[in-house]
Amino acid sequence: MQVRAGRTVTGATIDAAIPAVSMHQVGLSFGDSSPERRLVLADITLDVREGEFLCIVGPSGSGKTTLLRILAGLIQPTAGEVRFRGQAVSGPSRERAIIFQDYSKALLPWRNVTANIALSLEAQSIRPADQQPIIAALLAKMGLERAASQYPGQLSGGMQQRVQIARCLAQHPKILLMDEPFGALDAMTRQALQDEILLLSTEQHMTVIFITHDLEEAIYLGDRVVVLGDTPARIIETIDVDLPRPRDQLTTREDPRFLAHRHRLFSLLRRH
Amino acid sequence: MRRLLLGSILPALFIVFWEISSRTGVLTLESLSRPSDILRAGIVGLADGSILVATGQTFETALLGLTLAAFAGIIAGAVLGLSPVLERVVDPTIEALRPIPAVAFIPLALMMFGFGVSMEATIVAYACVWPILIVTISAVKAIEPRLLEVADVLEMTFVERLRKIILPAAFARINVSLRVAAGIALVVAVTVEIVLNPRGLGYSLILAQQSLRVDVMYAQLLWLCVIGYALNVVLLNIGPAPIAVWRAGR
Repeated sequence: MQVRAGRTVTGATIDAAIPAVSMHQVGLSFGDSSPERRLVLADITLDVREGEFLCIVGPSGSGKTTLLRILAGLIQPTAGEVRFRGQAVSGPSRERAIIFQDYSKALLPWRNVTANIALSLEAQSIRPADQQPIIAALLAKMGLERAASQYPGQLSGGMQQRVQIARCLAQHPKILLMDEPFGALDAMTRQALQDEILLLSTEQHMTVIFITHDLEEAIYLGDRVVVLGDTPARIIETIDVDLPRPRDQLTTREDPRFLAHRHRLFSLLRRH
Repeated sequence: MRRLLLGSILPALFIVFWEISSRTGVLTLESLSRPSDILRAGIVGLADGSILVATGQTFETALLGLTLAAFAGIIAGAVLGLSPVLERVVDPTIEALRPIPAVAFIPLALMMFGFGVSMEATIVAYACVWPILIVTISAVKAIEPRLLEVADVLEMTFVERLRKIILPAAFARINVSLRVAAGIALVVAVTVEIVLNPRGLGYSLILAQQSLRVDVMYAQLLWLCVIGYALNVVLLNIGPAPIAVWRAGR
């Protein structure tokens, strides 16, 4: 492969001309007999750049989560194709970490925080001795040092979601797929985690696809916001978010451009 | 303590009444020994080692059968619990084999293995495998699907998945089935020994009965009661501990 405009990301040279994720006319329908009736996704064509923070919004039940699960390889689309860094996606992979909304169900309740994070490292056959420094760094990064030996059931929702993010980072992903990760958290915790995930994606130049039903969250976090319409979900609008980075919970949200985007998104979704 | 004291009033009165009535000649039944004779027979049996040797033999086969059943039941249960299609294929066969009383296989097992450990352990395993298998299937089916997706995304192998996700997640229910099966194992082992296998506690029992040593027979019955109780205590309190350590991952 000829490398043009090569840029080093996580130690590997990436061809900037090839998008991180490329969806081509992706569709999904359930049931064979009358496909139109149970068409969930239709004709999703979208490229996501390396290092981009892409937010997907849409009404609840619109198939946002289904789309993310297709990107993760947990579901196969019934039409079209998904490529990750040029390779067709045929199943789940450690390269594509998915952070589930229901964090309490995605953690192993019988393992403490350290051992939950270690699960990812064990799956990569990293020796226990080599796991320690990696886990220590992740605990520090996610602010979990004091919870290291606690069990998920003893932690607040925000802390549990931090554990899930830490475990996903431990699998050394090339992309983070986040499914309404902060939807069930209180406002303060949500804002804190929004800023942490922004910092994380900038530091590691991580590509992030972030599903949310919170329009302001999408504008605050995203480089782009994709709006999905209802049944079957298709892309009805893509908005480039021209807000400067680093973003700030106060000033960014008061920026007239932020409010304009919010206005636009709100009226779009109301119509659907 | 107070409860224990209150609870032992009735058995104590019963034993005293039994002893007195048999000594005064009110009770002259052949099938009833005296509590004092039973105690003596028990002490003699324990002292000369005959009871302990028989216990060892019974436990050996019961445990062997239980272990076989646990391995087969848990692994097959995990596979069937994960694959609804396979379960639908196998389920009618399970339901057809399950109601056959394990002891009905004694003649067949005797032809195949002859007297001894293998024959008895096989029958024990047959009796024990069903509760373990059926509970494991339902326990694995009930595992949070998210956890299996986590395993998918981490590209875990089947063995890794079994060790780190499936068995620990299904552990609590499988543990209950193992306790149930342990009770069954003891019952079936003693039954096979009484019916025809010349070893273990069951054989000692039938031997005592045939030589009209009613006191010895009662002593062994009491001993069975003690070890059955002890087995349950062990399974309840000590058994889960090492598994819990393993389950915690590190």
